[in-house]
Amino acid sequence: MKKLKTHIKSMLLLLAAPMLTLLAGCSDKIAVLNPQGPVARSQYHLIIWSLIMMSLVLAIVLILFVYVLARYGRKKSSGYDPEDTGNRKLEIIWMIVPVVICVLLAVPTVKTLFSLSNPPKATAMESKTAGKTLTIDVTSVQWKWLFRYPDQKIETVNYVVIPAGTPVKFRLHAYDAMNAFWVPELGGQQYTMTDMPMKLWLQADKPGNYDGRSSNYSGKSFAQMTFKVMARSAADFDSWVQAVKSNKPVLTHEKYMELLKPNTVKSQTFSSYPELVSKDFNKAQMEALMNGESVETDKMNNMDMDNENNGEGGHGHND
Amino acid sequence: MIDSIKSFMGWFFVTGDPMIYGADASIALASIGIVAVLTYFKKWKWLWEEWLTSVDHKKIGIMYIIAALLMLFRGGVDALMMRTQLTLPNMHFLDAEHYNQVFTTHGTIMIIFVAMPFIFGLMNIAVPLQIGARDVAYPFLNALSFWLFFVGAMLFNLSFVIGGSPDAGWSSYAPYAGAEMNPGVGQNYYLLGVQISGIGSLATGINFLVTILKMRAPGMTLFKMPMFTWSILITSVIVVFAFPAFTVALALMTIDRLFGAHFFTIAAGGSPMLWANLFWFWGHPEVYIVLLPVFGIFSEVIATFAHKTLFGYAVMVWSMVAISLLSFITWLHHFFTMGNTAPVNAFFSISTMLIAIPTGVKIFNWLFTLNKGRIQFTTPMLWALAFIPNFTIGGVTGVMLAMAPADYQYHNSYFLVAHFHSTLIAGTVFGIFCGLHYWWPKMFGYLLDETKGKWSFWIFMISFNICFMPMYFLGLMGMTRRMYTYPAGLGWTPINVVMTIGAFGMGAGFILMAYNIIWSAMHGKKDATGDPWNGRTLEWATASPAAEYNFARIPHVSERDPFIAAKEGRKSGNAASVQRYAPIHMPNNTGIPVIMALLMFVAGFGCVFEWYWMAIPGAIGVIACMIARSFVYNDHYYISVEEIKRTESATGRLS
Repeated sequence: MKKLKTHIKSMLLLLAAPMLTLLAGCSDKIAVLNPQGPVARSQYHLIIWSLIMMSLVLAIVLILFVYVLARYGRKKSSGYDPEDTGNRKLEIIWMIVPVVICVLLAVPTVKTLFSLSNPPKATAMESKTAGKTLTIDVTSVQWKWLFRYPDQKIETVNYVVIPAGTPVKFRLHAYDAMNAFWVPELGGQQYTMTDMPMKLWLQADKPGNYDGRSSNYSGKSFAQMTFKVMARSAADFDSWVQAVKSNKPVLTHEKYMELLKPNTVKSQTFSSYPELVSKDFNKAQMEALMNGESVETDKMNNMDMDNENNGEGGHGHND
Repeated sequence: MIDSIKSFMGWFFVTGDPMIYGADASIALASIGIVAVLTYFKKWKWLWEEWLTSVDHKKIGIMYIIAALLMLFRGGVDALMMRTQLTLPNMHFLDAEHYNQVFTTHGTIMIIFVAMPFIFGLMNIAVPLQIGARDVAYPFLNALSFWLFFVGAMLFNLSFVIGGSPDAGWSSYAPYAGAEMNPGVGQNYYLLGVQISGIGSLATGINFLVTILKMRAPGMTLFKMPMFTWSILITSVIVVFAFPAFTVALALMTIDRLFGAHFFTIAAGGSPMLWANLFWFWGHPEVYIVLLPVFGIFSEVIATFAHKTLFGYAVMVWSMVAISLLSFITWLHHFFTMGNTAPVNAFFSISTMLIAIPTGVKIFNWLFTLNKGRIQFTTPMLWALAFIPNFTIGGVTGVMLAMAPADYQYHNSYFLVAHFHSTLIAGTVFGIFCGLHYWWPKMFGYLLDETKGKWSFWIFMISFNICFMPMYFLGLMGMTRRMYTYPAGLGWTPINVVMTIGAFGMGAGFILMAYNIIWSAMHGKKDATGDPWNGRTLEWATASPAAEYNFARIPHVSERDPFIAAKEGRKSGNAASVQRYAPIHMPNNTGIPVIMALLMFVAGFGCVFEWYWMAIPGAIGVIACMIARSFVYNDHYYISVEEIKRTESATGRLS
């Protein structure tokens, strides 16, 4: 009896501990629970909603669990009924309740899902250089991130500067291994792949630096495959672009080929890039090209998928 | 000449790490030790006749479990090495390459060489006994399945000391796992080792499907079967439909790597995403292959120790059927973030959430089995009870992960890692430990010690929570899986320290369980009755351990829980004692399965190193074994009535 009580007590304590940690620990260290942009916020709301529903489910199970153990786990408990082998009504109830919960979760899930394929609403004055929305082409290379500004014609490595309050369209692409582009405070991730261009809308509420990293394993230095997203005010963004254009070196063809080798590098900035770079070749295509073969690129250099129906991505093969 | 031998040896054997040399030495010493002991005690003949050539489902089950426990030790050591490396930021216990190999082997071993064989072992032991059969439908195939699994596991483990381990993760995503970015033999070991044991798994699925459908005792209709048998029937169906996809995927990647094809490469029109689709088309049902059987185990154990019939039997069955169907239409949720359109992700979000409905129903049915019961807290029951709250946590976080937009934030983070460990440990591992303690007396004729068993349960269960509950938060903080190290200052350190403590606690719980097994082998309480738990199903109606032929007379069944019915004096179970003994038809032992599997090992090892002079003769040998088997006409014998009487009276069961 006493033993059983301690059993149940320690079990309860164990189960309560994570909940307490959650309540106590909602600090800014928990990136996903600290959204800094509209995309992350819509996901955050979904997460909190599901957390509430799921806590409810967990609570019901735990209460029943503790009740039956406390009531029927004693040596001399009364009420033993071996004939109690089913109850149609009860079983129908606990079949319907989860259905209702699933509906309550599925509706906002699908809504959010469709809304995420559209750009978020801008919340700041538009920057002169970026315009209404900024497009950035992202290429993952073992083990670094290349960011290209196709409209500004500049390129950065392992960090990216964006105007705060402006929707940014990241067009994702992999040169070699698959990676995933994740900036938890700004929004969920999307893979980078070699044969399929992807799109990810993100937006920062206010100027600040946000940690990004690859979340899909890609080999030896995967753990170091991090980048910074620096959100700046529209004016600061404009002057940053100007400064890059006038002060930073040119990305030469040789330098670019150097970047494509599997290694880790420091952050870099370039004031322009060769035409070849914008074609988003993958490793196999690049090697074929270097061997003097012709490479079909109709899909790759036309990654803008605004014309496609649903935008999350589209399957385009390069053969 | 000497130089070329030297350079070959340096390439062939893994070198340069003291841990590897330690492993080399311990493998060599263990092998020498085993050979010496067998020779000294003149046990070679015994080993060959009683075990290696056995087609007895009970012995095959025991061999599965021994192998799975050894593999659990290896996978556990892998886990502890990872946790040690991640305890503090910027640790140098393992380097990146080594860490990548360790998480790859940890995942592969735990799923393919621990969870599956452990479950196969338990079902080999329990299912034929539960349905009142003398063996499985295809005893030869059963032995072959085991030996294929075994050599597959050995081939995979050999990579640790010869050639180098795979490092592309247990999911081995293309294109990283392709020859271009991942040269060397490591990934070949993964492909061949898993393939060989996978053939065995597929055969086991077919075998148990037929066994359960065709070999049930008279009177045992489908809806009178024990719940564990039901779970195995459904699991077998999943195995038969899911495994071929994996077999094909592994074969295609092998062809890519060995013969330069382009199924999954980034060159020449290959599609890396095709691998993800094929892998998870098997991989998601695989989750239920290792979960449904433990649902069956928990159903048996909870009913036994609540001393009640299972609540809502029919609903329990249909829930499992529903789960098995849904398991085939959810695979895409493993890559919501791989550029699917919103409608596609919406479909798979909803189909995944739907799984929560039958699973939730099962949880409530277990709770209501306990309700109005007389709950007895034995070690197997503690594992079963702990499953309910712990697995529910894994289940509800599964629903959270099913919501695709939220999954964009969880995917590949430690939130995901915490979720699948919550389900696989609280489900599968608790389940196999539960089944191990529950059926141990049936396997060996004595019980595992209860006090030590309970201690190991509490240590393991509490440590599991210490290790994996904080991990959810680590994921939300942005730490991703498969990182071999992390920088300081991100706030991740305290959680990592706590997790490592939990991991070592789980190790301690496992060691205590291993000690309990050894201690009980010497001092364990004998099970003279064959029914130590007051069991409800037919496996408890026969002796512990069961005689070779399982039942002297095939029992007749007229209701669920037939053995309880028999004990309560109703006409059922094996109470039809008026029958006389008759000679029993049994399959002969055969050495072909083990020889065939060894030849498969030779062929596999040849393929790993692309040594076709070795692979081709091995493959020919495998085919020769099949031909040889087809000429074996005398594959059975009869146990005489005298011998049955002798065996039965030895256990005091002569009637």
